[in-house]
Amino acid sequence: MESVVRDWSQKIRASAASKHPFRLRGGGSKDFYGQTLEGEVFDTRAYAGIVAYEPSELVITACCGAKLTEIESAMSEHRQMLAFEPPHFAQFGSGATLGGMIAAGLSGPRRQAAGALRDFVLGVKIMDGRGEVLAFGGRVMKNVAGYDVSRLMAGALGTLGIILEVSLKALPLPAAEATLRLELPEDKAIETLNKWGGRPLPISASAWTGGELGVRLSGAAAAVAAAQKKIGGELLEPEQGERFWTGIREQTDPFFRNGAPLWRISLPPTAPPLKLPGEPLIEWGGALRWLCSRADARTVRDAAKRAGGHATLFRGGDKSVGVFQPLAPALMKIHKELKREFDPQGIFNRGRMYPEL
Amino acid sequence: MNIAVTGINFVRQAEVAGRLRRLLSADAVLHAEEDTRSYECDGLSAYRQLPMVVALPSNEEEVQQVLRTCHELKVPVVARGAGTGLSGGALPMGDGVLLSLAKMRRILALDPVARTARVQPGVTNLAISEAAAPCGLFYAPDPSSQIACSIGGNVAENSGGVHCLKYGLTLHNVLRVRAVTVEAEVVEFGSEALDSPGLDLLALMIGSEGMLAVATEITVKLLPKPETACVILASFDDVEKAGNAVADVVAAGVVPSGLEMMDRPAARAVEEFVHAGYDLEAAALLLCEADGTPEEVEEGIAGMTEVLRRAGATAIRASNSEAERQKFWAGRKAAFPAVGRISPDYYCMDGTIPRKKLGEILNFIAAMEKKYGLRCPNVFHAGDGNLHPLILFDANDPDQLERTERFAGEVLEKCVEVGGTITGEHGVGVEKINQMCVQFAAAEIERFQGVKRAFDSEGLLNPGKNIPTLQRCAEFGRMRVRGGQLPRPELPRF
Repeated sequence: MESVVRDWSQKIRASAASKHPFRLRGGGSKDFYGQTLEGEVFDTRAYAGIVAYEPSELVITACCGAKLTEIESAMSEHRQMLAFEPPHFAQFGSGATLGGMIAAGLSGPRRQAAGALRDFVLGVKIMDGRGEVLAFGGRVMKNVAGYDVSRLMAGALGTLGIILEVSLKALPLPAAEATLRLELPEDKAIETLNKWGGRPLPISASAWTGGELGVRLSGAAAAVAAAQKKIGGELLEPEQGERFWTGIREQTDPFFRNGAPLWRISLPPTAPPLKLPGEPLIEWGGALRWLCSRADARTVRDAAKRAGGHATLFRGGDKSVGVFQPLAPALMKIHKELKREFDPQGIFNRGRMYPEL
Repeated sequence: MNIAVTGINFVRQAEVAGRLRRLLSADAVLHAEEDTRSYECDGLSAYRQLPMVVALPSNEEEVQQVLRTCHELKVPVVARGAGTGLSGGALPMGDGVLLSLAKMRRILALDPVARTARVQPGVTNLAISEAAAPCGLFYAPDPSSQIACSIGGNVAENSGGVHCLKYGLTLHNVLRVRAVTVEAEVVEFGSEALDSPGLDLLALMIGSEGMLAVATEITVKLLPKPETACVILASFDDVEKAGNAVADVVAAGVVPSGLEMMDRPAARAVEEFVHAGYDLEAAALLLCEADGTPEEVEEGIAGMTEVLRRAGATAIRASNSEAERQKFWAGRKAAFPAVGRISPDYYCMDGTIPRKKLGEILNFIAAMEKKYGLRCPNVFHAGDGNLHPLILFDANDPDQLERTERFAGEVLEKCVEVGGTITGEHGVGVEKINQMCVQFAAAEIERFQGVKRAFDSEGLLNPGKNIPTLQRCAEFGRMRVRGGQLPRPELPRF
């Protein structure tokens, strides 16, 4: 494995010298995500495998090329999980990898209760644009030595370097889960989700669309049973519940197959319905709104901004409108400086996040 | 550690203070020694330095004005919250401005429905939870200094607390930081939504020890208060067994809301001070808490009791009332002051290690006690492997201070060796800057400096803290090969 890193380092040094751009890629399951795909494909799957997994430490360390399915099955053997439920999007590529998961930084349904992917990153080993191998963070739960560069890599879309290894915090699988279904109009659903959010209920996921709200409870068996009584609604069969949440997490649910461009709108959870053209699907207790819509980008972005959030053209549509909400000039300046520090010749994933990076 | 005290250049002082007085009210700019003296150190009082000028802005605009002026005059700026930090992160500079955010202490908005609070940086940690309490909400990170420490300081240090095992650190509980850059521009990191476009600069900002920008407004997440909680007090006749029990509890599949450990010397100091009812014959005590709905707590406590019994606990007591739970915790929370009573001074370390190395590190600390002839009671946030060994010494004896610092240095380096870190929650500051050279390689330190440059190209915000220069590391390296003999013995030591 060390020879892989050595080869990569040579390759990066040579490319930096000639400013030859690379497009970092694992299984390609998230090729659809981001602004532009530029540069020669740099396949990260040669550096694979789980480096260390110690269930009693609640930490797993693996290489960028490790398959996400491999990691999750190793963890489930010990009744543990990646609590942020990262989407695999297997239908869009040939199997998600750990590196791609970190670079995309996406979290699934459990994010509302457990936290985002970045919250679980404990440490990384990266190769920067000089071909140097650098380690930040570690394998322990608390670490404030130096700047939190490891979490900066989460969601950076590979613009700052090649993620070689990552240590993630693992969590125990909940002892019990139950999915309930309730009928509610959109505004009422948002109101109800926020009301529940302020109470100590073990809600681990929520998804509303087309007048139906799915709620997942996770935790101690007794707590799940007690909350079920408080929330009411129809209890789904366990397999039915699991299928429902997989559909949301992996975007295989019919909602996501409507053909219109898919917007991901991140808002304060209390934001009222946006009333934009197209179908919404609401997750994360109201904080995440998916929208299948042919509305023009400005309309969507303005509505998101007014509500205190931002909109991403997640999949499909015309990317020339800008996939990500534009940054304030002072922030863009910091982004450019950081890019220059980590990738001075600009060889990694040029333009994948913003055309300027 | 040798930090030379800088004398004040009075001409420069008059110039800087004069400029700032044109912008801020007269009582918001201090330069007379009797006024600036109280800012000479933070919670790490072994390091002291009079600031050249102290500025106390009362709003964001004034923060901008101070920074604009300092940027123009090339004066370094050290931001300070309540000054409770334990690593010297707010140690002033003799040629710099100490920017106190203490006057900015308003809770600007509290939204019980969205479960957020928008606060100024000088608001104390506990004040947020107090304000949220009538709505059944609380702000989760609870550093032991929470009565006094400010949220701005918590952001700078990424503070934790006894409940962060379950609820996370400051990083996990802050949605947005509004800040002023060294160039006096207002920027927002994060938002009131759960994520933001672009790179995660919020993650960089939190724990950056005031070196990237000055926070002026912070939006924190509030959580529903758990309905109930119960804590188990478990005794062990062997420290290593207690350490293994910690790993067993974590591996058993329930994340406790707190999992703390104390060795016998710490428990004795505490018991004398607060009479928490601790078992003084035990070699180590574990405090293990479950919170949530009554059903969850019952299930959690039953499960943890079973695990602890199997791990060899010699006695197990679960709190049978809220008053008793508070009493059990009171001891742990009073550990630092209790130790303060049995020694003229104590030096608190903050390394973090993988949990399984707990036994190894405890044996190492015991060996160091003998080597340096100093006592060292131990309290740990055991659940997340964060150690707070407390070395007892007398600062009036320069030799003891010297031995203490070498003792601490060796322990921190051991933490790195076993796969941990030199600081879990107190920050690097000036205190652990040499150990940064042990934890990180030169290229990594260069990238840290690159991050700093991306925000502050001239290095005016809190220079000299957190990230060492490579030259410093080279000097430190030499120091170590010379068998602990410090170079330039003529320099003052603290």
